Amino acid sequence: MSEFYITVWNGPGRRACYDFFMRVGLFVTCLVDLMRPSIGFAALKLLEDAGCEVVVPAAQTCCGQPGWNSGDRRSARELAEKLIDEFEDCSYVVVPSGSCAGMIRAHFPEVFAGEPGMLARAERLGSRTYELTEFLAKVAHRPRVSASFDGTVTYHDSCSGLRELGVKGEPRKLLSRVAGLKLVEMEECETCCGFGGTFSIKYGDISSEIAERKCAHIAASGAQAVVLGDLGCMLNIEGRLRRRGDAKTRVLHVAEVLAGEL
Amino acid sequence: MHVQSMHFKPRATAALADETLQSNLQKFNSTGFTALRAKAVADFGPGLFEKLRGEGAAIRDRALANLDAWIERFESEATRRGATVLFAETREEACELLIDVCRRHGVKKAIKSKSMLSEEAGVNEALEAAGVTPVETDLGEYILQLAGEPPSHIIAPALHKNKGEVADLFAERHRAPRKTDIPLMTREAREVLRGHFLSADLGLSGGNFLIAESGSGLIVTNEGNGRMVTTLPRVHVCLTGIEKVIPTLEDFSTLLRLLTRSATGQAISNYVSLFTGPRGALERDGPEHMVFILVDAGRTGLVGSDMQEMLRCIRCGACMNHCPVYRAVGGHSYGWVYPGPMGSVLTPAYLGLENALDLPQAATLCGACSVACPVKIPLPELLRGLREKQVDRGLRPVKERLGIRVWSWFARRPRAYALAAAIGAPVLRLLGGTDGLIGTLPFGSEWTRGRFFPAPRSWKTFRALYATRRRSSGGT
Repeated sequence: MSEFYITVWNGPGRRACYDFFMRVGLFVTCLVDLMRPSIGFAALKLLEDAGCEVVVPAAQTCCGQPGWNSGDRRSARELAEKLIDEFEDCSYVVVPSGSCAGMIRAHFPEVFAGEPGMLARAERLGSRTYELTEFLAKVAHRPRVSASFDGTVTYHDSCSGLRELGVKGEPRKLLSRVAGLKLVEMEECETCCGFGGTFSIKYGDISSEIAERKCAHIAASGAQAVVLGDLGCMLNIEGRLRRRGDAKTRVLHVAEVLAGEL
Repeated sequence: MHVQSMHFKPRATAALADETLQSNLQKFNSTGFTALRAKAVADFGPGLFEKLRGEGAAIRDRALANLDAWIERFESEATRRGATVLFAETREEACELLIDVCRRHGVKKAIKSKSMLSEEAGVNEALEAAGVTPVETDLGEYILQLAGEPPSHIIAPALHKNKGEVADLFAERHRAPRKTDIPLMTREAREVLRGHFLSADLGLSGGNFLIAESGSGLIVTNEGNGRMVTTLPRVHVCLTGIEKVIPTLEDFSTLLRLLTRSATGQAISNYVSLFTGPRGALERDGPEHMVFILVDAGRTGLVGSDMQEMLRCIRCGACMNHCPVYRAVGGHSYGWVYPGPMGSVLTPAYLGLENALDLPQAATLCGACSVACPVKIPLPELLRGLREKQVDRGLRPVKERLGIRVWSWFARRPRAYALAAAIGAPVLRLLGGTDGLIGTLPFGSEWTRGRFFPAPRSWKTFRALYATRRRSSGGT
């Protein structure tokens, strides 16, 4: 009989409990922590408004992506294990970044390939990890968007969010509920902005050239702001826009727009 | 082909500064293959195309899982139909075998249709050294032979050149009045090539696929020159890689639907030429001798390895068409036969990791390549795997490896990390000045050469602000 309970718990039971309590762990990410704390608070507000109990593990740092993408598996593994330890007791992990969420969901299982115990933990956590807009649109019980924005924006699809997690309609759906906001699509909204993590400082000239093309598409769209969901793209695009002499076009994280905290 | 893959970075920098190249690339990027592919996929039905990609990958995997058996089957079927099948382990051996065939048949002139393996092996140079005149007949390859340049794309080899450059080249090399009307230029090239078609002793083609069940070779082309090359001269040599063998024609029909749509957005290419054995007793045309030279040149090294998926490649070029780096720097920057994402995996795999240090690194890992790949090669994962091998073999700069280790040392120690971030945030913010933009970043000049680095917006980190908020709201 006890086996029956274990089966139910591991199957629908655990999921039902997670769904009921909605204890969401917010993984702020290292770049938000250092560069744009307001985005972390905007994400926190959106999750709380959606009725979630949000915990922010204090010892969180980095998901290990820099090491993983640089070929340093050991560094990546250490940080991945640390993150799993910190977030394992949450119903969901929500991340205001497609690339960090992608690291957890798509790549943690690769990091722990060949370690059955850790692999199972990584897969369990991965299956409960969401990019912020994806979570709000697909999982949260009552996502509330009460913000307003006066103007036209265009959305840049960050690579990892789009291609590793399949985030495409979610941010647009949520943005459509922002009062006064008009979304226009730019050419090649799915093309990389040229950031690529350490690529941006190893091959600065190529990276800047790719960013320049993105900026040209943003400018051609006529939008007053480009909205996106990843800090790397944000710094890259903003840095290039300002360098090419565009002081006006705003670069906004989707969390800031949705929370109305601009 | 002369290997330049170790010089990616200076070549890329030069490419970025080359205004003519940039304008040619710009034209390719805005009107080129990506839009045509997107339309073809939309016409086919995105869901169905996804399914087809899965089938294509499965066909390639099945062939590769028993590659040795399929190669043997191909050899026996092709031999039974009167063709000769030769095997070369290295690129040099491929040239030796080809020259051997030329000697045996008294070949003075060889006409070529497109073959990437002949680029790998440096066939043109080898033939010239052996007294055989090679003539490229694919229009793009012909242009490059006149210009003395290597291809910059695997299916559109001369896309780095514009009409004006080709007009100048034709005027000079054909000793004819300069023309800028493309149909007229093409006719001029045809007239020159026609003589070569009729006077050549040997035709050298590549092979998109080899069909094991019938011992046939197969080329997918648009210009018709492939037909001439494979049927007019006395001898036809098909030079291709051993990984191109697939079990059946049925398999080919699936792969063809994927190949042309992914490459040029065509539902089918203008020509699909299947060659099975030499001219038969009752046949009026075709070569007297048909030779297959199947080349390994590093391919078996990938079989059974963590890079085997790369051998699925059907050479459509979709990965480079969609690659932001390729689109910015062009194919010559990569320094060898294969550019773009597939080249960044194949070049280190075939020539050695140490001969192409930049290539696995020179990618944003954006994933556009693997989404476009008709046989679902996980290119970003393979590039990441190569990066890992570089680290394991100590091939990355000490500064870089140390940087990652220092980062992860701090990231594993939350107190030290919080302290470093608490110092870093205000320092960077001060550097940003009043407009919040850092013009020159210490240790990050590569970034700030073409961009500002936006400074932190707050004097304090999120963790510090959050802790304060929790304390003031009475939380723990």
